[in-house]
Amino acid sequence: MTMKPWVWAWAAAALAFSATLLLTSGRGAGELAYAALSFGAFAAIVGLGQMLVITLGPGNVDLSIPACMTLAGTLALKTMGTEPGTAFVGVAVALATGLAVGCANFVLIWLLRLPPIIATLAASLVYQSVAIWSNRGLRIKPPEGLANFATGRFIGVPNVAWIALGLAVVVWLLLERSVWGRWLLASGQNARAARLAGIPVQAVRAATYLSVSVFAALAGYLLASFSGGAALNMGTEYLLMSIAVVVIGGSSIAGGNSNVPGVLGAALFMFLVVSMLNSYGAGAGIKSVLTGTIIIAIVIAASTRRSRQ
Amino acid sequence: MQARYRILLPVISLVVLLGMTFWMQPRAMSYFGLNLLFNLAVPIALATIAQMMVIMVNDIDLSLGAFVSLVACVTATWLNDTPLFGALILLGLIASYALMGAVIHMLELPAIVVTLGMSFVWGGLALFLLPTPGGASPEWIRSLMTLKPPMVPLAVLAAVIVAALTHMLVIRSKIGTVLRGLGGNARSIARAGWNVTALKATAYGLSGLFGVLSGMALVGLTTSADANIALRYTLLSIAGVILGGGEFTGGKVSPVGAVIGALTLTLAASFLSFLRLSPDWQIGAQGAILILVLTARLLFSRKGAAT
Repeated sequence: MTMKPWVWAWAAAALAFSATLLLTSGRGAGELAYAALSFGAFAAIVGLGQMLVITLGPGNVDLSIPACMTLAGTLALKTMGTEPGTAFVGVAVALATGLAVGCANFVLIWLLRLPPIIATLAASLVYQSVAIWSNRGLRIKPPEGLANFATGRFIGVPNVAWIALGLAVVVWLLLERSVWGRWLLASGQNARAARLAGIPVQAVRAATYLSVSVFAALAGYLLASFSGGAALNMGTEYLLMSIAVVVIGGSSIAGGNSNVPGVLGAALFMFLVVSMLNSYGAGAGIKSVLTGTIIIAIVIAASTRRSRQ
Repeated sequence: MQARYRILLPVISLVVLLGMTFWMQPRAMSYFGLNLLFNLAVPIALATIAQMMVIMVNDIDLSLGAFVSLVACVTATWLNDTPLFGALILLGLIASYALMGAVIHMLELPAIVVTLGMSFVWGGLALFLLPTPGGASPEWIRSLMTLKPPMVPLAVLAAVIVAALTHMLVIRSKIGTVLRGLGGNARSIARAGWNVTALKATAYGLSGLFGVLSGMALVGLTTSADANIALRYTLLSIAGVILGGGEFTGGKVSPVGAVIGALTLTLAASFLSFLRLSPDWQIGAQGAILILVLTARLLFSRKGAAT
C-alpha cells in the first residue's frame, strides 16, 4: 500500500507551518493559521478550476484566470457600489461574468479550434481591457456587510476557507461519484477512446471551461471583498499559483488524473512557504529563488516516487 | 503544400497590417518611420526564436520572460563593469538552460512546471542583482543597436539576418533536422541511435543562447534594466511562434515565420497607437488582432487540407 499523493502536499504544509512557529517560538500561531487559511482559500478555488482543465489532457490550461478574476471583481463591486444589502446581486454579477468568460473561451477553442493556451491568452487581453475600461482606476469599497463576511470566521475558521472547502467537496463528489467526473477523467486519459465509447467529449470540455471561469470569478469576487476593493493587478499572481498548486497537489500535468485534497494542501503550502521565508527575514529576491527551487524539488520528488512504484 | 501555406499566412498578416499602418500614417513609410515602428522588434524576435527552440521539442517555456529580464540585469551591471566576468555569467546561464533541458528529459518532468519554477528562480536572481531599476548598457551593445546602415533600417536588417541564420540552423542543418524529428517522434529518434538527453540539452541550450541575445539587445535599446523589464516576453514569444505558423506539438516550427510573428506583434502595438484608440482598449485590441490572425490560420489550414 503506497501513500496517497496528497499526503505529501499536506506534510509539506505542516512542515512549513511548524518551521515558522519554531522561529517565533509558538507566538502568532493563530494569526498565521488565519492568514494561511484565508489566502490559501483563494489559491484553492482557482486551483480547483485549473485542476479540472488540466485533467482534460495535454495542452489544456486556462491562462485567462487572472483576467477573469479581475473582471468579475471589478464588475461586481461596481454594481454593488458600496450599497448595503447588495451582496447577492454582486455574487450574481460575478458568476454571470464567469459564465460569459467561460463561454467566450470555449467558443474560441471549439469553433475556431485554437489551442487552449493561445485562445485563453489572447482572450484574457480582451477581458483585461474590459476591466480597465469599467474600472477607470477607481477603487470601490465592498458593502460593509460583505467585507465583514469575507474577513470574518465561523467556528474559528475563516469564512472564505469554508467556501473553498465546500467547493472542494462538491468537486470531489462530482469527480469521484458522478458520471460527469468519470467522463472528464476518461476524456483526459484518451479523448479518442472516450469519444468512441460514446462520451460527449465536447460537452465535457465545455462544462470544464465554464467551471474554471466561474471558479475564477468567484475567487475574484471574494478576494475583492476581502481586500477592500478590486485592483487591476489583483489576479496576476494567481496564474502561476493555480498551475503550481495543481502539480504540487499530485495531479498529473498530463491529464486524466486529478487530486482534490492535494490542491487544498498545496494551496496552504504555497502561502506558508512564503510566510516562513518572510519570518526568517529573507529578501524578495531570495524568497523568489527559494520558492522556485522548492516547487521544482517537489516535482522531482513526486516523479521519482511515481517511477519507483 | 501544407508547409508552403504555413509561411504564407504570417507574411500576409504582416503585409496587411503594414499596409493599414502606412494608410493611417503615411509618414511611417520612411527609413526613420520603419526604424521607429520595428525598434523593439529585435529583442522580441530573438525571444520568439528562443521559445521556438523549446516548442520544437514539444515543450513549452514559461520562464523565458524572467530569464530575459535576468540577462538584461546581468548585461546592465556585470557585463558593463567587468566584461569578462559578465560574459562568464552569461555563458553559465546558457549552460544552466541546457542542464534544465537534460534534467527535464532524464527525470521525465513536465516542462511546463519546471520552467514555471525556474521563472521564480530567474526572477529572484534578477531582483537580487538589481533591486531597483538601473545599470547601464555596455558601450559596444549600445552602438551596435543604434547603428544606421544605409537603405534598410537596422531593425529590419537584424530581423532578416536572424531569420536567415535560424532558418539555416533549424531547417537546413543536420542538427536542426534531428531536433525537429525529436519533436515529431522522440522514440524513433532514440531508436535511430541518437542520445535524446543530449539533443534536449542542445535544444534548451540554443533557447538559452537566443534568450541571452534577446536580453542583450533589449539593454542596448533601453540603456538600463530592471528585474521585470521583459516579463511579458513569455506570452509574447509563445504568441509569436504560433502566429508564425508553428504548432505546439510535432516539431512543426518555422523560424522565418516566428520572426515575422514577432514583427507582427510589435507592429500591432504601433498600429493601435496610430488609431488613437483609448489606452483602455489597447491591450484588448492586441488580443483581438491575435484572435483574428489565428482565425485566418484556421481558414488556411482547412483549404490546405481540402486541396
